[in-house]
Parts: sequence; C-alpha cells; structure tokens
Amino acid sequence: MASHGIKDQIAIIGMGCTNFVEHWDLGLDDLIVNAANECYSSAGINKDGVDAYWLGTAQGGMSGITLARPLQLQNKPVTRVENYCATGSEALRQAAYAVASGAYDVAMALGVEKTKDSGFQGLNATPPPNDGTGRTLTAAAMFSMVAPAYGNKFGVDPIELREAIARVAWKNHYNGARNSRAQFRKEISMDTIKNSPKIAGELGLFDCAGVADGAAAAIVCRAQDAHKYTDKPLFIKALSFVAGNGSGLTDPAYDYTTFPEIAACAVDAYAQAGITNPSAQIALAEVHDCFTITELVLMEDLLFSERGTAWQDILDGRFDLNGQLPVNPDGGLKSFGHPVGASGLRMMFEAWLQLRGEAGPDRQISTDRTLALTHNLGGYPGEMVSFISILGSQLG
Amino acid sequence: MRGISSWGAYLPYRRLDKTQIALFVGQGGGKGTRTVASFDEDPTTMAVEAGRIALRQASATPTQLMFATVSPTYADKTNATVVHAALRLDDSALAIDLGSSVRSAMGGLILAMRSQGVSVVASADIRTGLAGSSEEANSGDAAAAFVICDDTDTALAAEFIGAASATEEFIDRWRAPGSQRTKTWDEKFSEVTYLPLGQRAWKQALQDAGIQASDVAMVAVSSPSARISSTVAAKLGVAKVLDNLSSSIGLTGAAQPGVLLAMLLEQSKPEQIVALVSLTDGADVLLFRTTKYLPLAQPDTTVAQQVACGAPISYGRFLSWRTMLAIEPPRRPEPQRVSATASARSENWKYGFVGSRDTTTGAVHLPPLRVSADGQRTDNMQDAPMANVLGTIATFTVDRLAYSPSPPIVFAVVDFDGGGRFPVELCDIDVDEISIGTRVRMTFRRLSVIDDIPNYFWKATLVRTP
Repeated sequence: MASHGIKDQIAIIGMGCTNFVEHWDLGLDDLIVNAANECYSSAGINKDGVDAYWLGTAQGGMSGITLARPLQLQNKPVTRVENYCATGSEALRQAAYAVASGAYDVAMALGVEKTKDSGFQGLNATPPPNDGTGRTLTAAAMFSMVAPAYGNKFGVDPIELREAIARVAWKNHYNGARNSRAQFRKEISMDTIKNSPKIAGELGLFDCAGVADGAAAAIVCRAQDAHKYTDKPLFIKALSFVAGNGSGLTDPAYDYTTFPEIAACAVDAYAQAGITNPSAQIALAEVHDCFTITELVLMEDLLFSERGTAWQDILDGRFDLNGQLPVNPDGGLKSFGHPVGASGLRMMFEAWLQLRGEAGPDRQISTDRTLALTHNLGGYPGEMVSFISILGSQLG
Repeated sequence: MRGISSWGAYLPYRRLDKTQIALFVGQGGGKGTRTVASFDEDPTTMAVEAGRIALRQASATPTQLMFATVSPTYADKTNATVVHAALRLDDSALAIDLGSSVRSAMGGLILAMRSQGVSVVASADIRTGLAGSSEEANSGDAAAAFVICDDTDTALAAEFIGAASATEEFIDRWRAPGSQRTKTWDEKFSEVTYLPLGQRAWKQALQDAGIQASDVAMVAVSSPSARISSTVAAKLGVAKVLDNLSSSIGLTGAAQPGVLLAMLLEQSKPEQIVALVSLTDGADVLLFRTTKYLPLAQPDTTVAQQVACGAPISYGRFLSWRTMLAIEPPRRPEPQRVSATASARSENWKYGFVGSRDTTTGAVHLPPLRVSADGQRTDNMQDAPMANVLGTIATFTVDRLAYSPSPPIVFAVVDFDGGGRFPVELCDIDVDEISIGTRVRMTFRRLSVIDDIPNYFWKATLVRTP
C-alpha cells in the first residue's frame, strides 16, 4: 500500500480563470467558454491540441456533454467529476494522472459552478431520494461547532478566538481587495467583521465565504514537453486525496478541533513532494477558508502551526500577505468567492500567477521559495474529503 | 381479571399564557395557561411519547394497538402503524386508528377492557380554534396511553370492575374534517342534555360493578366544557373530584379522558375504587379498583412532573405553529418529500432509532452500518436500540440560516451513554439553555410534511427535572 505520487512528471502549461462574482448576465456555458478560451490562449494552443477533458462541477450539469456542448468539442473524451467542494481539484487530479499514464499527451481540467441561479442564500445541494433522516443543517452550522470545541480544548478565551478568526477574514479581504478577479474587493474593518449578524453559532456573515459564479481551467502535459508551450511551467509535486469515512459523525472520540482527513492528506502530500519543513519550504498556501474557523484549524492540520497555537500565529500576522507564510494571497474563498466546482482550480491559478511572478504589484509575494500548496476540502467536520496539491516552478 | 398494567400521559413542553391572546387579538383569552404542541409534533408523535412512557413500565408484549385522535395526520393510511413502528411493537400486533371524534378515545379504553390480549390504547389531540375563540383559550394539547391486559399476562395496577354508556344524538360541538374551527351550539342546551346522560351511565356502571357511589374514592369527569364537567361531577355523590388542571393544561379533547385517568392512577392509593366519566355525545363510565401493584407501575414521567416543567411560548409563535399566522422562512430550500421505499427499508432506524452495534468491538453506529468502523468485518452487527438511552452534548450550534418551520435550528453532537454518537437537532429548547455537557434524551418528532407525507424521525431534548 503506498501513494507513489507523480512528482515532476506532469506540468501545468496554461491556466484561465474568470472573475468570480454574481454573473447575472453569464450562464454556465458562458463561464465555461470564457475560462477555456483564456486557458487555451495561456498555453498557446487551440482546441485540437487538447486530447482529453475533465469537467469538475458539483451541480452545474451531468456528464461530459456539459462541457463538450458549449465548447463544441469534436469526438473528444470528456469526464464529468464531482467530489463536493474539492470538485475542481479532482478534475485536475484526473487529468494529470491520465497524462502521466501515457494515455494522452495533453489534457484540460475545467471547473465551473453557477451558484447564483438558485435564488437561495448560501450553497445548496439536492440530495438523492432518501428516508428523511439526514441532517439539513447549513455548512456554516456544521463548521461553527468547531469554534467552541477548539476554544474549550486549548483554553482559548472566546474573545481572543473571536479576534483570531476575525483576523482571518480581515486578511483575506485585504488580499482580495488587491485582486481584480475577486468577488469582494473591499477591505473590511475588524469591528465590522466581529459585529456582523450571526449566521450559525458564533460565525457571523463575515466569517463565511462568498458564494459566486465562476470557472477556472488548467492544461497539463508531460513535464519533458512543458517548455514547448511555456517558459514558466508549474510542475506537479504532489496530488493527494482522502475521502473520510464519516467516522467523526459517529465516533465519540472525534473532538471537532481538527480535520483528520486533512491531517492524513497533508502527510501524504508532503511525502510525495519530499517536503520536510512545510512552513519554511512553501512560498504560499491557498487553503479552503470556507469559514474563518476552518482556516484556523487548517493551519494546524497542514502543519503550519503547532496544535493549539494557530490562533496566536494568525494574530501575529504570520499568514498575512507580507508574513512568513502568506495564506490565501488571492483573497481565498472568503473574498474571491466560492463557485464550488471552480474553486480548486482557482487556487492553482493563484499559485500559477505567484510562482511565475505575475500576481501584480499589489499582492505579488517573494519568489525566493518556489513551492505553492493548494488545499481544497468538501463536506463537514467529521465527514470530509480533502485534496492537497503541491506545485513548483522548478524541477527537482 | 382485566385492567391497566401501566400507563403514560404526555404533555408538550410549551405553555401559552392566555392573557397574551386579548392583547394581540383584542378579544378572547383569559387567565391561566394551556399546553401547546410544538411545530414538530402531531397527534401521532405525541401518542408515541405517551406510549413510550407507558411501555417503559410494561412487561407484557402488546398484541394490539388502538390510536384515537380527532386530527389525524393521514387519512386513508393508518396513523397507528407509525406509533407501532416507533414503539417497536411486534409485527404480529394489530394497529388501528379510532376516529375521528373525541368519543373514540374513551371508546378505545372501553373496547380494550372488554377485549382479549394485551392492548395499547393511545389517544392524542392538538386543539386550536380561531384566534380569540373560547376553544383556543380553553383547549390544550396532550396524549395518553395505557397497556390493558389480563392479570394472567402481567400484574395489574388497576382492575377494571365496571363500565356503562348512554348514547344520544344531538348537535353539541362539531367541525368539518380538516377544519381548525370547532363550532358549538348553546352550552346551556349541552348542559341540560349531558346531566341526565351522565347520571344514567353512572348509575348503570355502579350497578355493573356492584358498588355504591360512596365506595368510589375519586372520580374524574372529562368533557369539552369545564362547566358541564362540574355540573355532572356535583351530582355523582363522590366525595373527591379530581382537579382536571383545565387552567394549566386546558381541555385536551380526545386526550382528555386518558390524561385524567393517568392522573387518577398517579394520585390514588392501592386498593381504592376510582372512576372516569366522559361526556361526549353521550356519557361513558369506567370503574377501576387499584391494586397493591399500583406504586410499582407508576411511570417515570408523571403528569404532575410535566406540568411543573413547562416553559412559555409567545402567542405569535403559537399562531405560526398552528399555521394560523404565516411567518417569513429563511431563504433556503424546503426539504424534499421522503422516499417511501427508502423509509420502508430503514423502518428500524427512522421510526425506532435503532443503530447497529459491532459485536466484536461494541462500537455503536448511528445510523446503522453493515461494515465495522475499521473496515474489517461485514454484517457483524446486532441491533442497538437507542431511543431510551440518554446522551451528553459534545458540541453544539445554532443555525440561523437553515430551513426550519420555526427557526433557528438548535443542533448538537450527542454522545450516548455506553457508546454511540449522533449529530441531531434539538427541540423544546431555548437558545440560551444549551452548553457542552448538557444531558439530553431522544424524542419522536415530525420534521416536515411535504406532499402530505410527514417525515417522522427523532430529535433530542433536554433532560428536565422539576
């Protein structure tokens, strides 16, 4: 039993990403066309140059035809994948493995979601017909249960914890304000964040990610072919995935202060990439900040902070844009917005920009370190899928 | 000898202070309180709760279940089968509805006394009426259940010693099926009609039992009118008339005879004769002699305890729970209709709250799983009935966004005594009452009704002691 990984076998040679906003005037097909065309253009190829496609969309449509029809693909293999909020990452993972297998030379992963056509607040999923005994809670409520449990376990005063998670929102809005593609482009004061109306538990409106429409795409090829397409490819160092068995919902030993699926996924990802000191080796991390408290716990599960200390590291500014390890320099789900199927690829898009030095003067971080981590989760505390990629601008 | 081996009465948690009514409506109301069923309760769920109390003291295996209510959730389809499933009665037991008049509840008790086998007789009612009506102010919501059997089945707490009825057709109180408005004729007309009916049945029942009125230690008189109850009670010649708690519970329709009988049994001593008189479309009388087993059969949750544990509800919320006042829901999707086939497959879990226990590790799975938590063994499980197991809150939240007929949703991760965890919605709770470590018990509720299909399942509620 092992996870061998495909370190340095596959490269990303082009990416595209739409603005993530409430696209009242663009449908799913428009978002697909816009992201795909930017991606082809980025890689300097046309449709004929891509051999196979993976479409990630949670609820945008069924089957590969959801992608093949708007792009008018001619006799191409297209697979639609879904893996909760990690759907976009899953599309990239499958495309990368397909090329690594030798089955195709060039593949595209495209993630898309049109969330704002439902008329409802937040994200919604339509479950299959069932016996009516499942939970109907919002994601906000499920994640809100982490805050009191974390504070209780580590003896963090509720006011300090409130300050720490507000600081996560503050940081991500600060970063998003410097990103022309982000949904929310305003800095938000700590007071506004802390006093926003409660959505669930202690989580207020500004503790929750934005819900947006959007699409993002990547084209991959074998690493040895990458320089045919671009001078600055990103090499895939690790792709790790863990689907939880839901034990946290049934096992009294689970204490809601960590996400075990993510901790396991991180160990696997670092092993694949050969990373021994994540905080020192990684230049930036794009993480799944669906809620502020989620990002706090992720800092520990991803081994950026010691257990029980992430709240302090956050308050110390360690993960700020100019901090020791910038986290979510593009604004994250919090202010970039969260079109479910697109988010995983949007995170890689930021890694693409930052490691290539193309993020723009407002938020470009140092490129002295050459590795980026993207972390994408789906589900809830106790019942979660976790994806981690590690990408690098250099081989080896 | 036949009689009652155990019983349970159920009062919903909320109490409406009737002085609120006139402040809002400009009329109606009065002094005192009435019980209010929660938005997630219906007569079926309340009958389940009463039945659970009764069956916790029972040792005989029920062979039939009769369920009486005036306001059934289903027509055509039997409601008693839901009660049967939630009480986990044997497949071979008959389960039928008695309806849809108030009198059917008393009728169920009489039929069971004159029947064979082990009967569970449950009755429940949710009574409302138009805003500002006397029906609204004077009524209440409740349920009761009795296990009725022979002394050869199990020890009896009260022996059935006589019964009689008097029937007459007259238009006293009525409503169309499905309507919330009970209409009445003239209470004076009712009073002069019921008095001789009550006296006739009373005399006949005493004769049937071979006793005198003076032999009866306590009598309870059930009637949709407190005034008629008093008038008839005064003519029976019994020294002690049970306080029917009409000013705290209200008059509970089909549940009333059962609640009063439960109170009689909870307030009597062994070896006493007690009588129940019910005045609805005639008069029905039941006479019992309590036995030495009466103290042992006392339920773990009495009417008096439940009266002491209630908490207030605002009149506006009461109206919204009874669908008399529509309130703005969260901007979130409503739940889907439940699947009949999926529900049928999960009957034990959905209705009985039965998980699975790994026979190797003892780990409890809620909902039940076929494969062990370590993934190593398949179908190495036994039933883990959890409905009567208490739990402790591990963590919790309040969801102000999720759809609920009565937001917000209070939700907790519950760890059960002896193993097992289940994240579940809480009910009958105010937001500031919850904390980590709080003790909870399970209660059977109606989560929603979509396409006329009620979605029954379990919620947790606080363990409260008066």
